[in-house]
Amino acid sequence: MPDGSEKLTGKARYSAGVLEYKKMGYWEPDYEPKDTDIISLFRITPQDGVDPIEAAAAVAGESSTATWTVVWTDRLTACEKYRAKAYRVDPVPNSPGQYFAYIAYDLDLFEPGSIANLTASIIGNVFGFKPLKALRLEDMRLPVAYIKTYNGPATGIVVERERLNCFGRPLLGATVKPKLGLSGRNYGRVVYEALKGGLDFTKDDENINSQPFMHWRDRFLYCMEAVNRASAATGEVKGTYLNVTAGTMEEMYKRAEFAKDLGSVIIMIDLVIGYTAIQSMANWARDNDMILHLHRAGHSTYTRQRTHGVSFRVIAKWMRLAGVDHIHAGTVVGKLEGDPATTKGFYDIMREEYNPQSLETGIFFDQHWASLNKMMPVASGGIHAGQMHQLIHYLGEDVVLQFGGGTIGHPQGIQAGAEANRVALEAMIFARNAGDDYLQNGPEILARAAKNCTPLKQALDVWKGVTFNYESTDAPDFVVTPTTS
Amino acid sequence: MKLRQGTFSFLPDLTDAEIHTQVQYCIDNGWAVSVEYTDDPHPRNTYWEMWGHPMFDNPDAAAVVFEVNECRKQFGDYYIRVIAFDSSHGWESIKLSFIVNRPKDEPGFHVSREEVKGRSMRYSIKSYATNKPEGRRY
Repeated sequence: MPDGSEKLTGKARYSAGVLEYKKMGYWEPDYEPKDTDIISLFRITPQDGVDPIEAAAAVAGESSTATWTVVWTDRLTACEKYRAKAYRVDPVPNSPGQYFAYIAYDLDLFEPGSIANLTASIIGNVFGFKPLKALRLEDMRLPVAYIKTYNGPATGIVVERERLNCFGRPLLGATVKPKLGLSGRNYGRVVYEALKGGLDFTKDDENINSQPFMHWRDRFLYCMEAVNRASAATGEVKGTYLNVTAGTMEEMYKRAEFAKDLGSVIIMIDLVIGYTAIQSMANWARDNDMILHLHRAGHSTYTRQRTHGVSFRVIAKWMRLAGVDHIHAGTVVGKLEGDPATTKGFYDIMREEYNPQSLETGIFFDQHWASLNKMMPVASGGIHAGQMHQLIHYLGEDVVLQFGGGTIGHPQGIQAGAEANRVALEAMIFARNAGDDYLQNGPEILARAAKNCTPLKQALDVWKGVTFNYESTDAPDFVVTPTTS
Repeated sequence: MKLRQGTFSFLPDLTDAEIHTQVQYCIDNGWAVSVEYTDDPHPRNTYWEMWGHPMFDNPDAAAVVFEVNECRKQFGDYYIRVIAFDSSHGWESIKLSFIVNRPKDEPGFHVSREEVKGRSMRYSIKSYATNKPEGRRY
């Protein structure tokens, strides 16, 4: 039975005028996506009275070849191939008025190795589209043929561990606080104390660049003095993420070169520098044996709301292509947004070679990573030693746990704070490996370790019971299949 | 100073029974465990001497603890570590590495600085012990 959404062909299709997108070929319910297609999953919220299928077709159209009216010049091209095809529209469980729309794009629509090109198509034009109240890019399936046009992370988790000589436990870090106002000399003091006390890394915050209170060269010089002193004091490889984010590429390259000349093992950039700049810095890092840390500054402006924007799982996929080695990905238990299941989905995208579809963690598609290196997730924001068992349970072993306040805010000072974190971590990993039910017995394991470590005892006393229990705004929408018992 | 390399260097030195629990964990994961020793603990000294090959196909943690003790008999004043290798695709590297023996005295490391152009510095870290030839350091 015709339902008014049939594709038109020939003269009917190309007569001048305005046609519904679904009739122009952007809705193909019988379409079988090819292995080489890029697939996007959008959550669409049509305006009242707008047919969801027409809305999905419009998104497909506007993110590929269409404009608002029929153009005869389509007929000079293999336009059937270039049209994105919405092929499936499902209501979102328990969310009236919202629909999941699956849209397939032919590989030829995209330039190899360019996140800028990919995003210009997929999110370039459609998010302000009037027939939609809201639109969210939930997930993407990236074909191996497309992934192979990127180098991915230059270092990756395994080589980072080999380079740092650090195995079998999460890495430990801290962001220097206060994040603004310290002079270079005072800033380096925090770095020295934290690294000597037992952390592997310290970190510039996202907005530490080159301000009146501290010129970037000063920061780099004092930080590297601190790194080398701490390395000698412990016999470990240490690092501090020197933030090279700046107003221009030229300036970023200049800062990165200086970090390299001083012997830093790692530099950092902010997400706000943009996809092209990130890819350029990833190439630079690849040429210079440098670990590249990405702070996801700004992401919550478009990742947090469930109905509009781009899910962080998509950003994570793009960043694995772009080639950063570290990326902030949530803590579950800390102060920032992070539903446990959704966060697990992010971590899996960063760390696995293959992601099977897993609706409960928000992963809609099977995704092969074609041996692209793995990204090290970074958990930062409102975490402390007393949560060590939960952090290891939720986040696993290949992660950087960043205790900023949880190191620097220790009553006996920064070294003591760092030592408390390291002892708590090692004790918990030891207990896990020894077969202890560490999640259940976490508090006792920590209390036992604190008997040999006064700083840990003090940390547990100060931060005992500090939690951030707020409902997450971003959680996966799926229906649990009822099981019969 | 106490050398902080390895997974458990902030805990009290491990007993043989504790070493056994960690080795068993590695074996249960299908990793090959091996013993290595050195008298050059520089943080970037990657290749410690091998006390035999990694013990592929060894199901028994006690055999590793035995080898640790054999190694201690000969190199009791060296650093000795236990390492577990995972040969799975996508990893093919070390999964766990922890120190099981230390010299009685750990003199630590010296930072040398060479002032270069501007205020830049070229740093180098040297173990005090490695001023002496190999085998006569601790």
